[in-house]
Amino acid sequence: MIEIKNLVAEIEGKRILDGLNLTIHDGEVAAIMGPNGSGKSTLSYIIAGKEDYEILDGEVLLDGENVLEMEPSERAAAGVFLAFQYPLEIPGVATMTFLKAALNAQRRAREETELTTPEFMKAVQDAAGKLEIPRDMLKRALNVGFSGGEKKRMEILQMALLEPRFCILDETDSGLDIDALRVVSEGVNALRAPNRSFLVITHYQRLLQYIVPDTVHVMANGKIMRSGGKELAEELEANGYADYKAQEAA
Amino acid sequence: MAEIAMMKTQAETALADLFARSKSLLPGDARSREDAFHRFAVKGLPHRRVEEWKYTDLRALMREVAPLAAKPDAAAIEAALAVESVFAAAEPATIAFVNGHLAKADAMPDGVAAVSLAQALAEGHPLLSKLGAVSDAEGNAAYALNAAFMTDGVVLHVTKRVEGRVALRFVTTGASAVSTATRVLVVVEEDAAISLLETHESANGLAHQPNDVVEFVVGDRAEVAHVRLNAESDAALALSTVTAHLGAQAAFGSRNIVAGSGLSRHQVWMTFAGADTKGAVRGATMLGGSQHADTTLVVNHLATGCESRELFKTAIDGRATGVFQGRINVAPQAQKTDGKMMSAAVLLSEEGTMMNKPELEIFADDVQCAHGATCGELDDDLLFYLMARGLPRPEAEALLIESFLGEAVEEDLDDAIVGEALMGIVEAWLKKRG
Ligand SMILES: Nc1ncnc2c1ncn2[C@@H]1O[C@H](COP(=O)(O)OP(=O)(O)OP(=O)(O)O)[C@@H](O)[C@H]1O
Ligand SMILES: [Mg+2]
Repeated sequence: MIEIKNLVAEIEGKRILDGLNLTIHDGEVAAIMGPNGSGKSTLSYIIAGKEDYEILDGEVLLDGENVLEMEPSERAAAGVFLAFQYPLEIPGVATMTFLKAALNAQRRAREETELTTPEFMKAVQDAAGKLEIPRDMLKRALNVGFSGGEKKRMEILQMALLEPRFCILDETDSGLDIDALRVVSEGVNALRAPNRSFLVITHYQRLLQYIVPDTVHVMANGKIMRSGGKELAEELEANGYADYKAQEAA
Repeated sequence: MAEIAMMKTQAETALADLFARSKSLLPGDARSREDAFHRFAVKGLPHRRVEEWKYTDLRALMREVAPLAAKPDAAAIEAALAVESVFAAAEPATIAFVNGHLAKADAMPDGVAAVSLAQALAEGHPLLSKLGAVSDAEGNAAYALNAAFMTDGVVLHVTKRVEGRVALRFVTTGASAVSTATRVLVVVEEDAAISLLETHESANGLAHQPNDVVEFVVGDRAEVAHVRLNAESDAALALSTVTAHLGAQAAFGSRNIVAGSGLSRHQVWMTFAGADTKGAVRGATMLGGSQHADTTLVVNHLATGCESRELFKTAIDGRATGVFQGRINVAPQAQKTDGKMMSAAVLLSEEGTMMNKPELEIFADDVQCAHGATCGELDDDLLFYLMARGLPRPEAEALLIESFLGEAVEEDLDDAIVGEALMGIVEAWLKKRG
């Protein structure tokens, strides 16, 4: 279970999260929607452990443990995974090298044995095959020169390989063509499991037709303003965020 | 005039004494040595008011002069060479020097003739006419001292496209610090080609003072792939110079890795004398503790249509100092020159320092030249991305540093085995850094 309790955070003196509460149960897919700049990526970065923010209050509990007290790599080893809205290019680091380093670092941290090269190769190729990622992409430097959609697919490949406990997808649908959206969604759906939770950040209901959420939450003013089932996404699609913005003004 | 009147430092006096004692024992013509030493002595050790030595004040940094190394006995040679060479996997035909003296030589591959420098000097070998002149080196102190003291080395005459690789291995050993002065002349005839691996090794602790010069004279359409590794003692004061005089339509590539020495000054002088030649010099320097490493590069474009590419990377940890000075000179007749020079440094600690001084001096109008220099820390966003995937900070840093240096170390290197050996040096350095 993931429990975000009264999270308050600022960047450069600007309050972004203002007492955010959200609980995601095991096996649950929670979707967050909200206007641009409402702090969705900020929330995901804070959970993953980016340092730029000042956290003034609150906690993020993963099975009762406050991840905010862990190093980013410890959070990853504990099962937190963030698929970045803007995956970074890492020149000079071959994708394969990176994947192996990441996987084995997590296994070491969990005191599991490291994968041998053949075991690792098989795992990568299986995952890449399902996501229709060509092999030669794995030989290139990580994300360097990848198209927007290729980068997003690579994020999901990493997720599949690392088998996290809690997956945050920050606008994974943006930049994907229609076919890729389907392939990626299938990849995500295949990972749905009773002991795995998802936080899916998106602007479009379309993604949620493929990855059907259990709960939908509206984020604005640094808080969750409203929660509901998947029908809430449809309502937002029709009406936009005017209601929530009005509340902000009031 | 003020220069001459300046008080001699202790090291300058010691150098003069050492030269007076040694000159009659050194091979070859004593007069040219005297001339070289005189050219050094009139200016003395360079200091920070000498522009090319601005950041490496040798007068202040060189306090003592170690005695010239004698040739060690057979047992010492065997012990020194028992340590596996960095390039063992590349199986080069190796000429090994211990304490600056020729110690052991494999048979050279077809197309390479090797004569020891001591022998060449004693016999007046005809190829020595191609040896660089101190008078052309504007009295450069490191170069002049090498010409005054050069003890041994090798003259390599390359007459064909050589299969496999040739290695020059310089090992310094013993119980106390020594000076060595070696000179290598590589004459590559027209259409010939060679891959040359050069390593300089000594165990940590002793303040050895190696001064080596490697000179390439590259004929038309000839090809050279050169790799140089400084793996000297962390207390060593190492002076080195690589010169390349390039004919027409030739290809010269040189990788210069600094992974040792307390204080090092590495000079690369590349001259494009024939048209349509390509020259590429890359370098990677890894520093920690209180190390100081200076790379000074001069590229002279004298002919039309040549392309030069220089890329130097420096990683600086601890209180270390990196220096990169690079100058591209384009003569009036060197039209259509295409020159690019880049120096990038990454600072891994608060107390590290990098001095970058890139310069262009262009006297031709139809040229494309650019230079750049950067210095910064590791990118926090990239580090976060790697850490968010499970890499602990030290591993994430190591991966980024490795890729940063890798561009200069192994990228575009045709020889994968050598590239791997060099990346092994980078990894060992990263491991030591922790
Ligand atoms: N380094 C920073 N300095 C100042 N403000 C910042 C910084 N980073 C983010 N912000 C601000 O924080 C707010 C929240 O940004 P965030 O990226 O979390 O929004 P978002 O909900 O993900 O938006 P989008 O839907 O456009 O992706 C924005 O107003 C943004 O400008
Ligand atoms: Mg966002």
